[in-house]
Amino acid sequence: MSRLTVPKTYKLYIGGAFPRSESGRVREVLGADGEFLANAAVASRKDARDAVVAARGGHAKWAGATAYNRGQVLYRIAEVLEGRRAQFVEEIRAQQGVSAAVAGAQVDEAIDRWVWYAGWTDKYSQVAGGANPVAGPFFNLSVPEPTGLVAVVAPQEDALLGLVSAIAPILVSGNSVVVLPSEAYPLSAISLAEVLATSDVPAGVVNILTGPVADVAPWLASHADVNALDLAGAGAYDWPAFEAAAADTLKRVVRPGGPGAVAPSLERILAFTEMKTVWHTQSLR
Amino acid sequence: MTGTSIEAPHERALALLGGQPDDATLRRYLHGLPGVDAVGLEARAADLGTRSIKTTSKAWALDTIVKLIDLTTLEGADTPGKVRSLTAKALAPDPGDRQTPRTAAVCVYGDMVGIAVESLGAAHGDPDDGLVAVAAVATAFPSGRASLEIKLADTRDAVAAGADEIDMVIDRGAFLSGRYGQVFDEIVAVKDACRRADGTSASLKVILETGELMSYDNVRRASWLSILAGGDFIKTSTGKVAPAATLPVTLLMLEVVRDWHTATGGRIGVKPAGGIRTSKDAIKYLVTVAETVGEDWLQPHLFRFGASSLLNDVLLQRQKLRTGHYSGPDYVTID
Repeated sequence: MSRLTVPKTYKLYIGGAFPRSESGRVREVLGADGEFLANAAVASRKDARDAVVAARGGHAKWAGATAYNRGQVLYRIAEVLEGRRAQFVEEIRAQQGVSAAVAGAQVDEAIDRWVWYAGWTDKYSQVAGGANPVAGPFFNLSVPEPTGLVAVVAPQEDALLGLVSAIAPILVSGNSVVVLPSEAYPLSAISLAEVLATSDVPAGVVNILTGPVADVAPWLASHADVNALDLAGAGAYDWPAFEAAAADTLKRVVRPGGPGAVAPSLERILAFTEMKTVWHTQSLR
Repeated sequence: MTGTSIEAPHERALALLGGQPDDATLRRYLHGLPGVDAVGLEARAADLGTRSIKTTSKAWALDTIVKLIDLTTLEGADTPGKVRSLTAKALAPDPGDRQTPRTAAVCVYGDMVGIAVESLGAAHGDPDDGLVAVAAVATAFPSGRASLEIKLADTRDAVAAGADEIDMVIDRGAFLSGRYGQVFDEIVAVKDACRRADGTSASLKVILETGELMSYDNVRRASWLSILAGGDFIKTSTGKVAPAATLPVTLLMLEVVRDWHTATGGRIGVKPAGGIRTSKDAIKYLVTVAETVGEDWLQPHLFRFGASSLLNDVLLQRQKLRTGHYSGPDYVTID
């Protein structure tokens, strides 16, 4: 007698929990061979609003953690991802219709990217900041600080690597993110959420909304409580409209192909930081 | 709220009770009230909370909520500066939109009444005239654990400083021990202390502190007791005890107010306070009021929200309706 199949429900990831879409909508995700894989939640603008509230709530704890601690947490994501490698390989293979070897290479690359960025948490501020020479009796110091809450349209062409490459550098400095993962391959994003939820990433720091980018992104772009908009994967959409929607508020916008694109780079970490400069009087001798 | 006569309700109460308000008479009356169907009450409240209020109705609801707020600061760390910024916010809740209505009142500790009156200046007065009233908590708020002389002095002090409304706490210890006569007499005495030299009187809100009353039956009894003793408003909580205001408790108190109105024609106000932080929650209360006692009650002399953080959330929602995009906490004041 064969066992009953236990299909997985892919829901959203908001505030450290896995709620269904407020709209109640789901869509069928089909494999490369047209076979039914799973139902994925279709996020609405209300979900986007809830995610922003959750991300704002999670921001202070993440930004307030020591750089060393953030590095440990990011490294832990790589560890947990490594342990679930087989699941991710299988999911990518089914969704993208690639060979197990190609899918495996994508997962390995994603794991390595977490490790690479984990190492940067306690180093990027020395590289980007430092003491400035000034013509006066002052210490003058510049340090990069997280921009705050970043809304991200992740690269659309693959299931996992693009998403990881987009959000890992944003998390390095202590930002929280609301991310719209690949519209065509949404399943790996929610499996990644399960990894994040068990890697000591504080609730609300990463929020993942699967669904139509064109419907949800404008609401995130115009939201006054979003501090930066990363359009890394929005090239195929009407991204100038997203940028225009963001123009009503003081918001940093990184265009498709902007600083460092999504290849691993220090520039991408610094694209989501703000420089704080402090003047401090020298003691009088 | 000014100039209400205190004798009339007292006589009505004596007629209803059929005797002097001593422990035995009150006990006979209050324990003769029908018991509360807790399951039915909570189901009714949950049902009223499911209404969908959108677009123009939502805009109306948001403005109504602002007009019904007692903007409150009741912290040990309050300073004159904090009270001045509170009154400034009550007068112009959203400086970016001058169409925003003023709140009904500011609610402060007794020693801050003078500061609040002074900083409101010409804008101090009746919320019906578009002005802002000053409410003061008194009677050893929030515990109520002081002698009657202290409580009355506390009240007179706030009234003399210019308070339009007094929020008193009942002695929950006495109430729960069944010393109803003592609670009744205290409310009557505080009501008397609300009188000003010119014969007018400050409005009296009676705080039941429902979080400490243990049962819905007790909430109903305390509501009746407060109304019989002459309270102008019944208020759920001090905000210092959890749970504070809940929708079922407020519904229950509104039902008492409705029954009193049916029996005597008198109109008593209700003020849920504490724990109402979002517009969504506040709109549920508006629906409950309209469905229980009628839309007449949605005016500052008959319904209030005791709140501080609620106002910011309402302002964010108003900005969303005005601009079409979601707003954020950077666009309202930090209180």
